[in-house]
Amino acid sequence: MKKLFPLAVLATLIIAIQLITGWTDTRFYLTQLTMSAYYALLIIGLCVVMGYAGQLSLGHAGFFAIGGYVSAALTTRNLEGLKDTVLIRLFDGLGLLVAGQDIYGDSLLVVTPWAACLAAVLCAGVIAWVLGIPVLKLKGHYLAMATLGFGIIIYRIVLASEVFGEADGISDVPSFPLLPGLSVSGDFGAREENYYIAWGLLIIGLVLLRNLVDSRVGRALRSIHGSEEAAEATGVDTARFKLQVFVISAVYAAVAGVFLTHYNGGIGPSEAGVMKSVRYVAIVAVGGMAHLWGAMVMGIVLNFLSLRGVFGSYDDAVFGFILIAIMLFAPNGILSWNWRGYGAMLLRRGRRRESLREKTDGLA
Amino acid sequence: MTAELFVQYLFAGITYGAIYAIVAIGFNIIYNATGIINFAQGEFVMLGGMISITLLPIMPLWLAITTAVMLTMVFGALLEICFIRWLENPSVLRMIIITIGLSILTREAALHIWGESIRSLPYFIGDEVMTVALFGARISPQVLWVIGACGLMVIGLNIFFQTTSVGREMRACAANRRAALLCGINTRNMVTLSFMLSAGIGALAGCVMSPITSTQYDIGTGLAIKGFTVAILGGLGNAMAAVGAGLLLGILEAFSVSVLPLAFKDAIAIAILLLILFFRPHGLFGSRTAAGLKEF
Amino acid sequence: MALLEISRLHKKFGGLHAVNDVSFGVAQGSIKAVIGPNGAGKTTLFNLIAGSLAATSGRVRFNGEDIQGQKPHQIAACGIGRTFQNIKLFHDMTALENVMVGRHLRSRAGFVASMLHMPWTLKEEKQIREKSLELLELLEIDAYADVEATSLAFGQQRAVEFARALALEPTLLLLDEPAAGLNMQETAEVSKLIARIRDLGITVLLVEHDMSLVMEISDEIVVLSFGQKLAEDVPSAIQNNTEVIKVYLGE
Repeated sequence: MKKLFPLAVLATLIIAIQLITGWTDTRFYLTQLTMSAYYALLIIGLCVVMGYAGQLSLGHAGFFAIGGYVSAALTTRNLEGLKDTVLIRLFDGLGLLVAGQDIYGDSLLVVTPWAACLAAVLCAGVIAWVLGIPVLKLKGHYLAMATLGFGIIIYRIVLASEVFGEADGISDVPSFPLLPGLSVSGDFGAREENYYIAWGLLIIGLVLLRNLVDSRVGRALRSIHGSEEAAEATGVDTARFKLQVFVISAVYAAVAGVFLTHYNGGIGPSEAGVMKSVRYVAIVAVGGMAHLWGAMVMGIVLNFLSLRGVFGSYDDAVFGFILIAIMLFAPNGILSWNWRGYGAMLLRRGRRRESLREKTDGLA
Repeated sequence: MTAELFVQYLFAGITYGAIYAIVAIGFNIIYNATGIINFAQGEFVMLGGMISITLLPIMPLWLAITTAVMLTMVFGALLEICFIRWLENPSVLRMIIITIGLSILTREAALHIWGESIRSLPYFIGDEVMTVALFGARISPQVLWVIGACGLMVIGLNIFFQTTSVGREMRACAANRRAALLCGINTRNMVTLSFMLSAGIGALAGCVMSPITSTQYDIGTGLAIKGFTVAILGGLGNAMAAVGAGLLLGILEAFSVSVLPLAFKDAIAIAILLLILFFRPHGLFGSRTAAGLKEF
Repeated sequence: MALLEISRLHKKFGGLHAVNDVSFGVAQGSIKAVIGPNGAGKTTLFNLIAGSLAATSGRVRFNGEDIQGQKPHQIAACGIGRTFQNIKLFHDMTALENVMVGRHLRSRAGFVASMLHMPWTLKEEKQIREKSLELLELLEIDAYADVEATSLAFGQQRAVEFARALALEPTLLLLDEPAAGLNMQETAEVSKLIARIRDLGITVLLVEHDMSLVMEISDEIVVLSFGQKLAEDVPSAIQNNTEVIKVYLGE
């Protein structure tokens, strides 16, 4: 019951916001809230790796991009020319392909969104697995640089590959019919529907991760953060647990990438950029590192403000500033900042000053 | 490949390699003093170039460069004093994030001051079409300036660390900070000095390379990655091995252009970085046992 | 046959021969101590047994099975628990949670089951909690169950580490200087505790500097000097061994 309460509050808030935007005719806010929810999905996934297991990843935008780009490429690439190859016929027979017409009336044969989504997420998971085996043996600066390097490689690949649209990215990505009558798309008419899809997905993601951190596995992950040597001596297979949690968070990032790409109808190389990865790390740090709710709330708030253009041309600078300020003054995040303790400290100081004054008064 | 083309590539490689080596030495100086990898290292190079370009209209080239180097050194010292010095026992994660934040802020500040335009210093001697013949190839004299300046910096640093008392104190800090402190060395000032030193050499490298490579607000990240690759390649903390590793990476990159599409040039360095991290994290020249005793 | 058998173990760091041809056995149900001056290779020996270091050559057999070269978590799974000289507790976790991690090998919920909170995992979670609380009670630190472990007093931290190692239900417990940093009264309590652990049927191998503790509780003592085994005998014999006295008091 105690655990359900915050979720109930969140759900109420989500519905209330939708209703309020409907009444006040400010439904355009829903667009950024939907996008923020997808980014928040990635961020809670990163939070578990970084905050709980203590493994810094500066390459999570790479996994987001893998998800988005693979799904976008598969659902837009015309396979008509390859129609007669065995592989394509096999895929067609399995119902993985869908025929249609492009805007010029030419016939079009592409992969269905569901198949593309699964392929994209699977792809990100496998890459995370293969990458994680060597990378997660590293610690500290080495881990940071290796994940950063991975992120840059993904960025370079999408920027240099014709398949991924080079600097222009991929546009005209079709909508993603999740269930009959419910599809992820950027149509104005489907705004509310998509708002709920995004938030529904985020809540499911949050519940799963909350269960995870609140379990034997979660304890093992935190023990790795606490002392890897002691965790091993206690019987935790640290390499395996680090790898598995890394893959899970890569899958979260890829799912977010797939959904956001179908929602936006496209994806560009900036989504794979290093600054995006740094931004996600910044948000997890502000949220309090090992604090799922904090990461989620900050993920929504900061992404929403950024998407609304509140930070203007200082967008990246704001996140740089946040990183430094948090790490200097509140390394445990602002939500878990000990406000009461801080207040008590100020009080004590005041009192000390007073008692000092009394003493000096006495001397005089 | 003709002999002439070969020499051409070789010099291009050595030029870039020299720059990477200087960035890597900058990493190493700070790493030795503090155990921190300063992610803002590339920004020092950018600042050196940018400041000297800005100062050029009002003063002669040599003075503009000197002033730029001085100002960047002050900037490096300020970074350390404002953001690093007063933290007690910060975790590695915290330091990584802070220096990343500093690099972003510096870059964004540069963007707002100088804009996105690509600038460069004029060639120190002659212009872009002037060349000197060397081993049958045509080389820009600026290439010789870069190689010469980087070579002098390496020699100068060696003399500084080996013979001056401040240099020896810095080495003592690197070897054992606590013991150095007990010997009466002000380790905190040594850390500030290490930031100034690596800011200074970074800025000078940024000035001499500017006529060839141009300077833009965002060149820092790429240089930092490559500098780090070189630092790792030579073994982190081993400043002089970085020279060999830098030249190696520069030459590899230069010749890769003849085989691979240009867009993948940067990916080479990162691929090397990842391979080294996976298989020889103690560096090409480092020893495995010594690295095993270090806390990574 | 001995429970733990170390035969001809070597460990070299570059030119330094930290452990040089050491062999001995630990009998089931006994308390064995490894002593020696600083730098004699005691902790290195421990790390070799626990798998934190790989030996240059030689064998470590546990229950007849060769465990040399296995990873620390595999060795823990064989039934060897350990504590550290400089206490290594998991920070940001309570004393109880620290001990609960110790139940890791005695529970099995994986990623998927945990994410879905399967009913059986809840039951398992309850058992983990109860068992861990029992251990905290056994060590008389249950009052601090919900206190962040690293903020406890030194002696209590040591007790939490003991509890965590015991939570594995080990057959063999490796204690690396369990009395380091403790005062005399606390040391006496630790010695009582070790005897109690032995009475639970757990074999104990410890490294220790505190001679009174070692002499009081050990069944047998191994003396190391410069990486080599100098003597192995019962406490009374070690006390009268001239070579050991020479090493300890100088010539």
